[in-house]
Amino acid sequence: MTDQKEMEEAAHHVVSPVIYIIVGSTLLVLTGATVWASYQEWGNFNAVAALAIAVVKAMIVVLFFMHVKYSSKLTKLTVFCGLFTFLALVGMTLADYFTRAWGRW
Amino acid sequence: MSDSTAIAAGAHAAPDHGHEEHPAYLRHHFENVEQQADAAGFAMWLFLLTEVMFFGGMFTAYLIYRNWYYPAFVEASHQLNIFWGTLNTAVLITSSFTMAMGVWCAETRKQRGLVLCLVLTFILGLGFLGIKTVEYKEKIEKHHVPGFHYSLQSFTDPQSDPEIYNEYHDKPLALDMARHTEVYFSLYFAMTGMHALHMIIGIAILGYMIFRARAGAYTAGHVTFVENFGLYWHFVDIIWIFLFPLLYLISRHQ
Repeated sequence: MTDQKEMEEAAHHVVSPVIYIIVGSTLLVLTGATVWASYQEWGNFNAVAALAIAVVKAMIVVLFFMHVKYSSKLTKLTVFCGLFTFLALVGMTLADYFTRAWGRW
Repeated sequence: MSDSTAIAAGAHAAPDHGHEEHPAYLRHHFENVEQQADAAGFAMWLFLLTEVMFFGGMFTAYLIYRNWYYPAFVEASHQLNIFWGTLNTAVLITSSFTMAMGVWCAETRKQRGLVLCLVLTFILGLGFLGIKTVEYKEKIEKHHVPGFHYSLQSFTDPQSDPEIYNEYHDKPLALDMARHTEVYFSLYFAMTGMHALHMIIGIAILGYMIFRARAGAYTAGHVTFVENFGLYWHFVDIIWIFLFPLLYLISRHQ
């Protein structure tokens, strides 16, 4: 019964504009940060930093703009399962291609 | 996703099956409004996950080819203009913000605010496409669109392209490696083109929503359509959040 009530309250959660303003500004700051980082000489870590910032930005968008933080357990589980499957597929594909030449030189 | 049809059907339905007991937009196969909204949100997320897989295939192809033809991908990506890319990222993030504010306006039944937010989102979306057009035009002029007229000159003889050369001082690529810059631009146009197509579809739906919002369709308690369109718009934003660093930024250094 309480679960049902929680779900209904989650469905009605109105995220306040203050959070949207904070989130929007954070995303713009992170955009500036990723451009700044790309001008540094960090070797391989340039790509790592750029992707790490992109992942953080995407998570902020999913959690706040897309309301997943305030959504039902069903939505949270759906999003998590989908992203997990996606990462497993991409991870295995890349692991295959990136290691094919190992030991051949 | 459908909203207006439910209201219209409710208005014309026979009066003897209990319409006074629930809002007109609640379809009969749902227990209550919450269940209906949950089902629509769940379905929207499933759709977005298929979209993640679709774009994911292209991202994976990009990473594999970048790994194989690394020098070609580095020099080809030097052709992209970081200023336009950064500006476009800012424009798109701002449009996501105005869309989120639009959802808030619908939830709190502010009709004028909702129309304003949708119009701003619409304009920012068009602004993004406008900037993309400027970038595409430059690629067409330099013959960097894959196909019969593709030119390797900027890569086999970088000094012939002084604007890029003065910033990056790229070394000339051997002909067989230079040819693979065409792979980079194929993926560039496929990925940004599919993203732009999603923007165009989104902008068309926004136009329809502005028209409906002015009639008061989304500020009478039924916000599912605006909410789920918001999810779509933010998803398109997320795709760009990954396209921007991968295409523009990570190959600035050799």
